[in-house]
Amino acid sequence: MNHLLRNIILVIFLFVGMQAYSEPDHPEKEKAGLDVTELIMDHVADAYEWHITTFGHTHVSIPLPVIIKSDNSGWHIFSSARFEHGHAEYQGFYLSPEGNNKGKIVEKDASGEEVRPVDISITKNACSLLLSSAFLIILVLSCARWYKQRQGKPEEASPKGFIGLIEMLIMSIVDDVAKPCIGKNYKRYAPYLLTVFFFIFFNNLLGIIPIFPGGANVTGNIAVTCVLAVCTFIIVNIYGTKEYWKEIFWPDVPMWLKIPLPIMPAIELVGVFTKPFALMIRLFANILAGHAIVLGLTCMIFLTVSLGAAMNTGMGILSVVMTIFIDFVELLVAFIQAYVFTMLSAVFIGLSQVEPHHVKG
Amino acid sequence: MLLQPDLGLLFWMLVSFGIVFFILAKFGFPIIVKMVDDRKAFIDKSLDAAKAANERLAGIQEESERILKQSRDEEIRILKEAQDTRSKIIGEAKEQAAVEAGKLIAEAKAAIQKEKEMAIRDIRNQVADLSISVAEKVLRKNLDNPSAQRELVQKLIEEAQKN
Repeated sequence: MNHLLRNIILVIFLFVGMQAYSEPDHPEKEKAGLDVTELIMDHVADAYEWHITTFGHTHVSIPLPVIIKSDNSGWHIFSSARFEHGHAEYQGFYLSPEGNNKGKIVEKDASGEEVRPVDISITKNACSLLLSSAFLIILVLSCARWYKQRQGKPEEASPKGFIGLIEMLIMSIVDDVAKPCIGKNYKRYAPYLLTVFFFIFFNNLLGIIPIFPGGANVTGNIAVTCVLAVCTFIIVNIYGTKEYWKEIFWPDVPMWLKIPLPIMPAIELVGVFTKPFALMIRLFANILAGHAIVLGLTCMIFLTVSLGAAMNTGMGILSVVMTIFIDFVELLVAFIQAYVFTMLSAVFIGLSQVEPHHVKG
Repeated sequence: MLLQPDLGLLFWMLVSFGIVFFILAKFGFPIIVKMVDDRKAFIDKSLDAAKAANERLAGIQEESERILKQSRDEEIRILKEAQDTRSKIIGEAKEQAAVEAGKLIAEAKAAIQKEKEMAIRDIRNQVADLSISVAEKVLRKNLDNPSAQRELVQKLIEEAQKN
């Protein structure tokens, strides 16, 4: 009880402190006009540098490598610091200020049109992806090493603590997702499902952490979820049985649904593509929305500055309480979305492993 | 803008996910899953072994109880048998002794009877002989007075005693 009281007082003081700091900023913000939509969009979208914080007018950010191939000048590799946060042009490349390519690297072609070069820069999301992939590999391999050291001695291989947690997650995916959803061939697909689960879960969690190694909206980016969904799509359709294809193109329905107009086959064929599409959109939208809500709630503090100190403090406290609540929800969502993606992938794989029906009703 | 997958990120995602998948699916998860399965199998085996051992232990206990009971029964039986034998031997001995004693007594009685008869016969013979010799002597000597007769008889009796 004492602790709780102390924490509440601490939070209130923090707020008053923050208030004091945000006050001098007030006129500038007013002048700039805090555009919440743009702020949120900037945060959830990709960027060429990893912005950490801004002191007054100094941007503190980590520059990341830009790798582009222009049609007329070939390959270019340079640091994103050359753009000076979008204010400068370098070797004819600059960050597009508006339009379809807003925030992306563009150049002018011969006719003066703005075109995008082939751009495989290590952006904020790409950097976060590489970092989290490295972390994930180290994490799982160190667990695997622990087990490897105890190979042949099963009586000693009962881990505690962190490895035990990882084992619990792994075995819950294998035993509760892969086995019931896929059936007898589940061992073949378990590594893929486990990789997908840990990849999504790990990146989701990193996304919730607001400072450097985390904070990037990786799993809330459509390119990332797209690759994951395409992987599931490929596995489902490559390893699909004959019966699976027969059920798509010649399903067990009344003849008039198949001839002369192939209504059912058309519906089934659309279904083949909508399943992974739903996977892609679900993960993307959930994580994106989570980030947007957290940012929106945080912005509430700055939006209410003009309403006076009392109102601002009240809204600030409310905002923090709500943000903490939403952050907890996001922790849950991080797990649930990873689990759902894995489970639906397993279900789709299981559906493509159908055996011919022996009994016809 | 958000719904448009960026080429560069697609590329890096493909690369990083591909690498992660390759490494984890080859060196990560299968090892962990296999070890957990091994452990499960080991635990199952141990449980079975423990169950079997328990059963055997129960069997052994039962067996030992059975043997104990059997040995106790045997003991009782042997003791009883020994007692029986003892009393039988004693009985037989008594019987035999009685028979023997009876026989000895009978024999002794018979011998005594015989001795007695022989003695009686002997006495009779001697009395007869004595009477005959007395009579002979009386006849042989002419006895006229009773004192001489008494003297003679006395003399004869002494003679007979000497004999």
